Amino acid sequence: MSAVKSTREKVEAGLPRRRRKERTFKLVGLLATTVGIVFLGVFFSTLIAEGSSAFKQTFLQLDIELSEDVLAPDGELDLAYADFDGLVRTALRAQLPEVSGRSDRRALYRIVSVGAAYQVRDLIAANPELLGTTQSMWVPAASNVDMLIKGNIDANLDETLRPVSDKQIGWVRALEEAGRLETRFNKALFSNGDSREPELAGIKGAVMGSLYMLLVTLVLAFPIGVAAAIYLEEFAPKNRWSDLIEVNINNLAAVPSIVFGLLGLAVFINWASLPRSAPVVGGLVLTLLTLPVIIIASRAAIKAVPPSIREAALGLGASQTQVVFHHVLPLAMPGMLTGAIIGMSRALGESAPLLMIGMVAFIVDVPARLTDPATALPVQIYLWADSPERAFAERTSAAIIVLLGFLLVMNLTAVILRKRMERKW
Amino acid sequence: MSIHRRTLAMVATALLGLAFSVSAFAQASRDYVYVVGSSTVYPFATVVAERFGRSSEFKTPKIESTGSGGGLKLFCDGVGVDYPDVANSSRAIKSSEVEACAANGVTAIIEVKIGYDGIVFANAIGADTMSVSREDIFLALAKEIPGDAEGELIENPYETWSDVNPDLPAIEIEVLGPPPTSGTRDAFVELAMEGGCKATPWIAALKKSDKNRYKAICHTIREDGVFVEAGENDNLIVQKLQANPDAFGIFGFSFLDQNMEKVKGSLVDGVAPTFDAIADGDYPVSRPLFFYAKKAHVDVIPGLRGFLREFTSERAWGEEGYLSDRGLIPMPDEERAQVAAAVRDLTPLSLAAE
Repeated sequence: MSAVKSTREKVEAGLPRRRRKERTFKLVGLLATTVGIVFLGVFFSTLIAEGSSAFKQTFLQLDIELSEDVLAPDGELDLAYADFDGLVRTALRAQLPEVSGRSDRRALYRIVSVGAAYQVRDLIAANPELLGTTQSMWVPAASNVDMLIKGNIDANLDETLRPVSDKQIGWVRALEEAGRLETRFNKALFSNGDSREPELAGIKGAVMGSLYMLLVTLVLAFPIGVAAAIYLEEFAPKNRWSDLIEVNINNLAAVPSIVFGLLGLAVFINWASLPRSAPVVGGLVLTLLTLPVIIIASRAAIKAVPPSIREAALGLGASQTQVVFHHVLPLAMPGMLTGAIIGMSRALGESAPLLMIGMVAFIVDVPARLTDPATALPVQIYLWADSPERAFAERTSAAIIVLLGFLLVMNLTAVILRKRMERKW
Repeated sequence: MSIHRRTLAMVATALLGLAFSVSAFAQASRDYVYVVGSSTVYPFATVVAERFGRSSEFKTPKIESTGSGGGLKLFCDGVGVDYPDVANSSRAIKSSEVEACAANGVTAIIEVKIGYDGIVFANAIGADTMSVSREDIFLALAKEIPGDAEGELIENPYETWSDVNPDLPAIEIEVLGPPPTSGTRDAFVELAMEGGCKATPWIAALKKSDKNRYKAICHTIREDGVFVEAGENDNLIVQKLQANPDAFGIFGFSFLDQNMEKVKGSLVDGVAPTFDAIADGDYPVSRPLFFYAKKAHVDVIPGLRGFLREFTSERAWGEEGYLSDRGLIPMPDEERAQVAAAVRDLTPLSLAAE
C-alpha cells in the first residue's frame, strides 16, 4: 500500500457515496412529484365526486290543467297577475288526493320548485292557444327533494334533523312509484342566470359575463401588448429609461391583482364614471392585469427570432419597419399568441379585482351588452359557496368543474399552438 | 404592407368605437333597481329581487354584497342613476352616516326594518349541547377580564370552559367566528359580549364615565389563538365544526336552519335559538335587519316602488312568507303593518328621532 493513492483509487473510493447521493436525490424528486400528483388527484376526485350530481336534477311530472277560469277569469289573459302557482298546486293535489289539511297541503306544495309556475307561464306566453287544455309537464322538484333523491339528505335521520318531513318523503316515494319522478340532465345549470332557488340557478349569466370581459381584454391587451413589445425590442434605444420601463413591467406582472381592482375603481368608475358591475370595466381592469404578461411573453418571442433573419432582410434593403412586419412578427406570432392565451386564462380565473368594481353581485338577467350588469364565473363560484342552501354546495363544485374545463381548453390551445407553429433554428 | 396598414386602421377604429359606445351608454339612464349592502341581508334581498323580477314587467334588481358600512357609504355618495337606490344593513344607520348622506344631497331616506336575525353559538350535532350565559361568553372570549380587585384587568387566563364556569365541561375553548369587517361580528360583540361584560358592576359604571374604555374592555376579543377568525364564509365554519366536536362557531340563524343535521345551537341564558324564541325576543342574541331607500329615486328608477312593495308584502316578510322559509324572523303583526304603511307613504327618516 503506497501512501499516495492513485487518481483511480480516489475516484473509486468516493463512488459509492456519490451514487448514494444520486439515488437519494432521485428518490426525493420522485417523492415530490408523487405528492404533487396525489394532491391534484384528491382535489379532482373530491371535486368530481361532489359536483357531478349537480349535472342531474330531479323532475316531477304533473298534469297541469291550463284552466281558463283561473288564468283568465275576466276573459282576458294577464300574464303578470295570473295565478300560475295555483295551477301547479291543483295539479299536485290531483296527483296526491289523500293529502288534506292546511299544514299538510302547505308541506305538499313545498316539494315542487317555484320554477314550475314560471315554466307554466312561459308555456302560456309562447302558446296562448293552449289555454283550456291539460298539459303533462315535467317540472323541477324543490331542491330539498332533489337532495333527498340524490342521497345528500339522509332519510334515516331523525325527522327534526332534516329539512324534509316524513310525510314529504312518503309523497315523494309515492310519486316515484307512479313513475312521475325522474332524474334528468340539469339543463337549467347551463341555460339560466343566477337564482336563489338552487334548482333554477345556472351559470349562463356568469359565463356570458366572463366572455364579454375576455373579449374586451383580448381586443385591448393583445394589440397594445404586442405593439409595446415590438417597440421596446426593435425600436427603443437601450438606455437608462428603457431599463427602468423593463423593470417596471416585470414588477407589474407580480403586483397582487386586487391592486388593479382598486386602480380600476378609482380611474374607470370614479373618474371616467363608467357603470359599476359592467363587463366593459371588468375587461379594462383585466387588460391592465394581463398587459404585463403579454408584453413579457411577446418580448421573449421577438428575442427568440435569430438576428441573422433581421440582418439578411436589412442586407436586402428592407426598412426597419419592413423587417419587423414582414419577418420578425410572423415568426414571433406563435409565441405571442401563446403568451396572450396564458394571460387570458389568468384573467378568466381572477375574482379579487372584480370585487372592487361591483361585480360580486346577485344578477339574474343574462347580460346582453357590454354595459349590462354582469358577474363572472369565479365570482359566481364565490357567491354560491357562501349560500346557506345546501344544494348550492354541489352546484359550486359543478361551476368549478366548468371553469377548470375552460382553463384546460385555453391552456391546451396554447400548448398545441406552440408545438405546431414553433420553429427550431 | 398595405394589409398591415389596414389591420392597424381596423384595430384603431374598433378601439375608438368601443370607447364611444361605452361613454354613450354610461350617460344613459338605468332601468333596474340597484341595491348594495350587508351580506347578512343579501340572502333575503336576493330572494325578493328574484321574485319581483319574475312576477313584474321590470328587470330583476342588481344586488351587490358589500357589507353594511360599505353599502351605506356608496348609498350616501349622492343622488342620481350612478348611485344605489337601496342599502341593506344589519344595523341601524349611524347619525354620522345620516350626516354624510345629507352632505351629498341624500336627505329623504326611508328606513325599513324587515325582521330579525339570531346569532347562534353552535357546535357539532354529535357533541353535548352547551348552555352558556352571556357572562360565560364574555369571560371566555374577552382579551382582558376583570381581576379580583375593582378596576383591575388581567390578561384572559382561561383555557377550558370549566375554568370559566365549573358547571361547563372541561374542554378547551375554541371558537370560530367572523372577522371584524362583518356585521355579524359587530352584533355578536355588542349583544353577547357586552351583555356579559355589563354583569361586572364597575365596568357597567364605566359606560357613563369613560365610554371608550368601556367599549375597549367589552368589545375586544382575545388574540391568543382561542378565537379563530374563519372568514366571511359561514359554510366553512359549519364544516370545521363537524370536523372538531370541541369547537364552537358563531354565525347567523339561517345557516343553523339550513344545516340542522350537522350543527346545533347552544342555549344562551337558558334559551335555545329557535325560530319562535327569536321572534318572541326571548333569545338574547338577536338583532333587527334593515334596508334604506332613497325617496328621490322612487318613480325615477323603474321598479323601485314595486321592489319596496314586494319586500314589505305579507307574502314576503309575513309569518308564513317566503323570507321566513329562508330564516328571516318576522316582526310582530302590528310592527309589520306600521312599517309597511310608512313604506307606502314614503315617510322619510326624521333626524329628530335619532
